[in-house]
Amino acid sequence: MTSPLDQKIKITGPVVVTANRVGDGAVVYRRADGGWSTRLPEAAVTSNVATAREFIAAAVADDLRAVGPYIAPVKLTADGGVQPGNLRELIRLGGPTIDLPVTF
Amino acid sequence: MYLYDDLDRTLVAERVADFRDQVGRRLSGELTEDEFKPLRLMNGVYLQLHAYMLRISIPYGTLSSAQLRKLAHVARTYDRGYGHFTTRTNIQFHWIKLEQLPNAMADLASVGMHGMQTSGNNVRNVTTDQWAGVAPDEIEDPRIYAEVIRQHVTLHPEFSFMPRKFKIAVGSAAHDRAALRIHDLALRLHRNGAGELGFEVMVGGGLGRTPFLAKTIKPFLLKRDVLSYVEAVLRTYNQFGRRDNIWKARIKILVHDLGAEAFAKEVETEWRTIKDGPLALDNAVFAEIAGRFRYPDYVPLDDAPRALAEARRADRAFDVWFGNSVTNHKVPGYCIVTLSLKPEGGTPGDATAEQMDAIADLADRYSFGEIRVGHEQNLTLPHVAQRDLPALWRKLADIGVATPNVNLISDIISCPGLDYCSLANARSIPIAQQIASRFRDRNLARELGRLHINISGCINACGHHHVGHIGILGVEKNGEEFYQITLGGKADEDAKLGTLIGPAVPFAQVADVVEDIAAAYVELRERPDELFIDTVQRTGVEPFKERVYATR
Repeated sequence: MTSPLDQKIKITGPVVVTANRVGDGAVVYRRADGGWSTRLPEAAVTSNVATAREFIAAAVADDLRAVGPYIAPVKLTADGGVQPGNLRELIRLGGPTIDLPVTF
Repeated sequence: MYLYDDLDRTLVAERVADFRDQVGRRLSGELTEDEFKPLRLMNGVYLQLHAYMLRISIPYGTLSSAQLRKLAHVARTYDRGYGHFTTRTNIQFHWIKLEQLPNAMADLASVGMHGMQTSGNNVRNVTTDQWAGVAPDEIEDPRIYAEVIRQHVTLHPEFSFMPRKFKIAVGSAAHDRAALRIHDLALRLHRNGAGELGFEVMVGGGLGRTPFLAKTIKPFLLKRDVLSYVEAVLRTYNQFGRRDNIWKARIKILVHDLGAEAFAKEVETEWRTIKDGPLALDNAVFAEIAGRFRYPDYVPLDDAPRALAEARRADRAFDVWFGNSVTNHKVPGYCIVTLSLKPEGGTPGDATAEQMDAIADLADRYSFGEIRVGHEQNLTLPHVAQRDLPALWRKLADIGVATPNVNLISDIISCPGLDYCSLANARSIPIAQQIASRFRDRNLARELGRLHINISGCINACGHHHVGHIGILGVEKNGEEFYQITLGGKADEDAKLGTLIGPAVPFAQVADVVEDIAAAYVELRERPDELFIDTVQRTGVEPFKERVYATR
């Protein structure tokens, strides 16, 4: 697998860096302060390739807290909100689109 | 049931201790993800969209009630209260936390279960017929040979880093219920002209991006030679299989590129050097392994007891279920019962902890404590007294596993798809649910008869879409989910790959398309009992294609 640092970054709009939390695998988003949050609105957003490269480099270096970081597209809403940019990211954020056999 | 010995127990316990140490070092930062990933994968721990996923091996699909109860415990204690039975007859838990995995694995180890070789480029869980040992058309219990192979390849250093994963299936019945031809290596026990028992050896099957059916490279192999020949196939693949391109690394590509004949020649050359060595199956060793399979103490019972006939006459719902989900057993007075894990609105292959506990209890009461998992993602109680069927049916219905749709259009095989899987391009489960809902009328489903739908959410084909009578493959086009439809695939003794009927259709149209295909079948079939797959084979896909795309 190619390291995210070696991959060519193509950005056509706003993006965030996302990963899974090491301890429990939860979906997390990279914040501007270098921390991770399970809440997408707290993610650092950029539309700039150089900044995205900085984000992903910092995320990769943070191997103890997050696994498998990558750049994911988001959509910005008129009121300044952040939403997942595709179905995969929508499902990662919101969970399966089906009813689970048991809910907690 | 096979009884594990001290060696098995020690091996599993040591692995749990190793993994506990590895997880501890990962969480403390001593191991990076790059270092840890191969270690977790060796124990069946993947990272999926929402969490880690633990895949647990169920050798040849056979479970004891104690093991099923332990799976229920793991589901309840460490996951979200359910598990997913897979097309490889394993079970997956999709919400496991890394921090809790060592404890989950220790609990599983207490009943001889583990995740070893459910990932990685090694020999995976050896699968077989879910009716092994009880099917009337079987020559001999194929699980004995599956177990011989399992013991040989478990943690075998030579076969732990092959070019790619390697899937083996073993069958021994006239009717192939193990999907032999879609495996890397398949063994079919049969008798030759002289009445001797031996195996037909097939290699190079597999689905995924480049689907192939396995080709027969040895029509007859004596039973004593089965392990040495498997070894020779593995060595040949290990030596010549491609390691430079993951998409061309499976044995199917090697067999295709070399040609089956040339591949067979390489295997024979290798085999001749080892066939009379320690891998020749000694009768005593074989008897020892066979002897560790415990069979129920069946009692003499009347076949087709009068009480059963009366119950069928008295209750239409019971009669329908009986006709759909109950199969003949080799012992008079007993039968094989399939438990549908395909309720309307459910996820194919999912079972809750409560269902698993209840099924374990029912297995103890009615099936000598044994349960089977089939590649169709249903469960089986393999040793049920026919006289117990009415009582068992009511209890199965109470827990939602008596839907009389086995082998019908809503008995859909489906991978987890984009709702869970990090490899998927499109969702599978909602498609299955839409189709099941569209055909919820059980009279209509019975009218359509045997019809297998297989759905995969990506080209890796975990839902075996290429061999579905109707195959559905999810693809992504410009950020939208689309689905390619194939017709005419089948995974039995006359296995075939399906034929693509045309351009992919959007998510919202898949159930409509299936409805069109079903309607075309009803019009095209020559008589009511001509099966869907037979109609497709007779007519080809063209009339179905015309129907589907006439208005699209």
